[in-house]
Amino acid sequence: MTTLTPSRPAFAPSNYLTHSRGVLSWAMTLDHKRIGIMYLLGVLGSFLLGGIFALLVRTELIWPGQTIMTADQYNRAFTLHGAIMVFLVIIPSVPAALGNFVLPIMLGAKDVAFPRLNLGSFYLWVLGAVLAVLAMLSGGIDTGWTFYTPYSIEADRQGVIWVASAVFILGFSSIFTGINFIVTIHRLRPQGMTWFRMPLFLWALYATAVIQVLATPVLGITVLLLMVEKVMGIGIFDPSLGGDPVLFQHFFWFYSHPAVYIMILPAMGIVSELISVHSHRHIFGYRFIAFSSVAIAIFGFLVWGHHMFASGQSPLMNALFSMITFSVSIPSAIKVFNWLATMYRGRISLNTPMLYGLSFIFIFTIGGLTGIPLGTLATDIHLHDTYFVVAHFHYVMMGSALIAMIGGMHHWWPKMTGRMYSETAGRIGAIGVFLGFNFTFFPQFMLGSLGMPRRYFDYQAGFSQDLTELFHVYHFLSTLGSYFMALAFFWTAGYLLHSLFRGERAPANPWGGASLEWKCSSPPPHDNFAEQPAVGDCYDYDQIEWDEAAKGYRFRENYTPAAAH
Amino acid sequence: MGHRPASQTAGQEAAGHGAEAHAHGGHGAVGHVAPLRALIGTGAALLVLTWLTVAVTRVDLGELNIFVALGVATVKAGLVMLFFMHLRWDRPFNAIVCIGSIAFVALMIAFTILDTAEYQDTINPGDAKAVRETIESLGN
Ligand SMILES: [Cu+2]
Repeated sequence: MTTLTPSRPAFAPSNYLTHSRGVLSWAMTLDHKRIGIMYLLGVLGSFLLGGIFALLVRTELIWPGQTIMTADQYNRAFTLHGAIMVFLVIIPSVPAALGNFVLPIMLGAKDVAFPRLNLGSFYLWVLGAVLAVLAMLSGGIDTGWTFYTPYSIEADRQGVIWVASAVFILGFSSIFTGINFIVTIHRLRPQGMTWFRMPLFLWALYATAVIQVLATPVLGITVLLLMVEKVMGIGIFDPSLGGDPVLFQHFFWFYSHPAVYIMILPAMGIVSELISVHSHRHIFGYRFIAFSSVAIAIFGFLVWGHHMFASGQSPLMNALFSMITFSVSIPSAIKVFNWLATMYRGRISLNTPMLYGLSFIFIFTIGGLTGIPLGTLATDIHLHDTYFVVAHFHYVMMGSALIAMIGGMHHWWPKMTGRMYSETAGRIGAIGVFLGFNFTFFPQFMLGSLGMPRRYFDYQAGFSQDLTELFHVYHFLSTLGSYFMALAFFWTAGYLLHSLFRGERAPANPWGGASLEWKCSSPPPHDNFAEQPAVGDCYDYDQIEWDEAAKGYRFRENYTPAAAH
Repeated sequence: MGHRPASQTAGQEAAGHGAEAHAHGGHGAVGHVAPLRALIGTGAALLVLTWLTVAVTRVDLGELNIFVALGVATVKAGLVMLFFMHLRWDRPFNAIVCIGSIAFVALMIAFTILDTAEYQDTINPGDAKAVRETIESLGN
């Protein structure tokens, strides 16, 4: 144990971690903070698993021809990677893990509105996760995470039934979290916190929750119909039974495009917090950012057909969906410009969370702009089902959503654990992840525009000698990049674990944030706040001052805010 | 297991707080109690409409049959929402949520049907074996 300087605040005598002990006190807890931590562990465990399959996929592609696995094993590996990362990692990562922990504290509330439902949704997640992973590992499904018909209905793919059931269960977990957050934000906002005084992270979580509640049932119905078709032979999607496979894609993407916003919206909410707090500057264009979250949530429901331009969808709908797709770029761009304006003339601290925030802006911009050629009908015909698509959605899903989540984890790590990680190690990790990510996925844009199809296990047969050699160069770079990124993630896991045991005790407000979660101790007590905290402008950093004794920031006493800006 | 009741009350207290903070919300813990006569009346109306659904199947209205059946079902669902689910006495916001959700279902079905109708005549008339067999077996 390191000796503590006497001026450092000790752990609060009783906090949510020490409030009660034993495995049961965690397994049966109704405390949103503990449930959030359990979700976080589950998500990070799944991330490791999904990451291992990603590395296997990348390793297979490092040389032309068969490298480490057969074509069938390859199909299973990328299915496992995709399904785990989408359903078990990214969708629950921000709302269920970080949101659960932070949302009630940001509201100054003691818990979410329905603590039991919250625990229930966690156990549904566990059930769905176990079922999904077991089914995929034992049956080995090879359909990709999209379960497209008629391929998924073929008789020798019985594993699909189990994975579809798992997806159904995971969907309910997601719906329950959404309902809980909507009710919590409506009913538990404290005195003085109007809608436009909420931290933007809460606006983002609210918009996300609306999508979760509206869209996820459609996924449930779709996989249910798939199961009914497989088990009872009723023709819904299968042409040999008189069904329509394009219908499956309609149903699937009616959920799965909004699901993209379930992943990215809360991440954008985190970035709004990161950029403002670490620039120590009032967020620019608060209402624009808040309303753009809602606009994205609504537009997000009108564009699903852009995944189906090459599916046999009618030209009329192709044109409609393409047009509406472009409209989504407006609210997204509003956010990016407002973040940039927030940083302008701010006092930027290049802390680890801020580095992740900056990474997000950089990567999301590339991810967003490369979506435009995919949303354009003519160019999409060339790029459809190539590595260009793979690179594009990894820039958005991984480089943006997941990186924001990791940034948020660093931002609230002192609050969650009561410990500070090494800032130097954190910065090295953040830069490593950023470089590794671009190193991995930028070459894939090249591959895609050259015509390398996605989900191919080989790039030799059927391609000219020159093209194979060119593909090989980019695949080789991409795989090296993925190893580098994996190293950066292990490094990150290493110093975070180290901080749990050796990290310095965290002050209540290490970064100088002004929202309510920085008013309670780190880690928070079981009830979060002894009495309801006063609500001010959560982006007014004049109310914060440095407190040398605590090695952190504190709220000024008797502070009266300046006239409205 | 001392922690369980503790966090339970924490949740309840917090919920109480929220309700106080929203004085305009106007709902206590119990909520609105619907008058018994309205409930019985709704129940009776649902029974009558169910009878109507069955009765109308005996009249051949051609294409119109399906519209009548769905129309009656919609009215029934509306009654259940208004009276059994208290939407009639609730804040207007809940009605907006309800109508909004129906709009989303309509959106999904409308866009999808619009598309399937558009590409119908481009489909090669395949030979769905299972369908043919079923039709043949029905013929026998
Ligand atoms: Cu999409």
